[in-house]
Amino acid sequence: MDLAPLTQIVRGKFPDSIVEEQSTALVIKKEFLLKIAEFLKGEELLFENMHCISGVDRKDKIEVVYHLYSFKNRFMLTLKVFLPRENPEVETLTKFWRSADWLEREVFDLFGVKFLNHPDPRRILNPDEWTYYPLRKDFTHPEFFPKAETQGLKG
Amino acid sequence: MAINDKAAALSGEKFMEKFPGGEVIMTKTEDLFKWARGSSIWPLTFGLSCCAIEMMATGASRFDIDRLGSGVFRASPRQCDVMIVAGTICVKMGDCMKKLYAQMPEPKYVIAMGNCAVGGGIFYHDTYSVVQGTERLGIPVDVHVIGCPPRPENLLNSILLLKQKIESPEGYKHPPLNPANPNIGGGLLNKENPSDKKEEKAS
Repeated sequence: MDLAPLTQIVRGKFPDSIVEEQSTALVIKKEFLLKIAEFLKGEELLFENMHCISGVDRKDKIEVVYHLYSFKNRFMLTLKVFLPRENPEVETLTKFWRSADWLEREVFDLFGVKFLNHPDPRRILNPDEWTYYPLRKDFTHPEFFPKAETQGLKG
Repeated sequence: MAINDKAAALSGEKFMEKFPGGEVIMTKTEDLFKWARGSSIWPLTFGLSCCAIEMMATGASRFDIDRLGSGVFRASPRQCDVMIVAGTICVKMGDCMKKLYAQMPEPKYVIAMGNCAVGGGIFYHDTYSVVQGTERLGIPVDVHVIGCPPRPENLLNSILLLKQKIESPEGYKHPPLNPANPNIGGGLLNKENPSDKKEEKAS
């Protein structure tokens, strides 16, 4: 199944909600995230499974990537939200998919994305006392030794 | 086997003087204690990652750590002599390790097993959550065992090296104690822990 028909459905239901249509992913405005999530979970499309949530630091922005799976349609959808690098905030999807709970905590732990209305907004793996987010591109620490070859690597 | 030959060379006979025909042996108490300590180095049941699998293999019948008297893995730090740091030390685990080391009774020894415990190993570069070696935590290390992971023979050899060190004629010398690195884990490892203070008072 191609992404295009699904994009059409979403566009028909929520005009102006799509920022960008990538070859394998759908980028939406973060204000529409809750509505679109509810629609995707609903009777029509049945995306019952929140597969994975990841963060990407693009230096000018932070992306949050949601992977959703529909067992009935056998289709995996990649949904993206772009957030500003300073103070990234997005609504939590915990009320639709319980599995989003820990996945969002992980993204918060590593990228510092704040998930609003999250039931348990703590770090998941790193020590609670840390004030920095280690997977951000500008992360530095006296005990962090970057490898020479990877310094020139572009994100 | 080479390990057996080496172990035989380190047997307690050198501490004893046998009277011909008699049933009496003579030795110094100091030597007796050395012999006893060196022949029953009990490790702590403590593994951090994949090196622990190799440590378990060492404990099993094929390699048989028991013939060196070290097969008694104790589940409490109060009852053991050596901490085999088997694996990658994460920042969060470093805190636990310091606590376990503090709870072990003297005399206590440490074997750093594998490249990660020696100096970070493959996690030296580009890692935010790994402590680069046991000594950065302020824990003195007696024997470093390299390998990724080391062969069980190598670990057995390290126990014999430790035995050699304990039984040396000059007497056992504690390795130099480096102060813990204050930068590890954003100063997390060196923050004042109320439970640590209690221990100091008790001892």
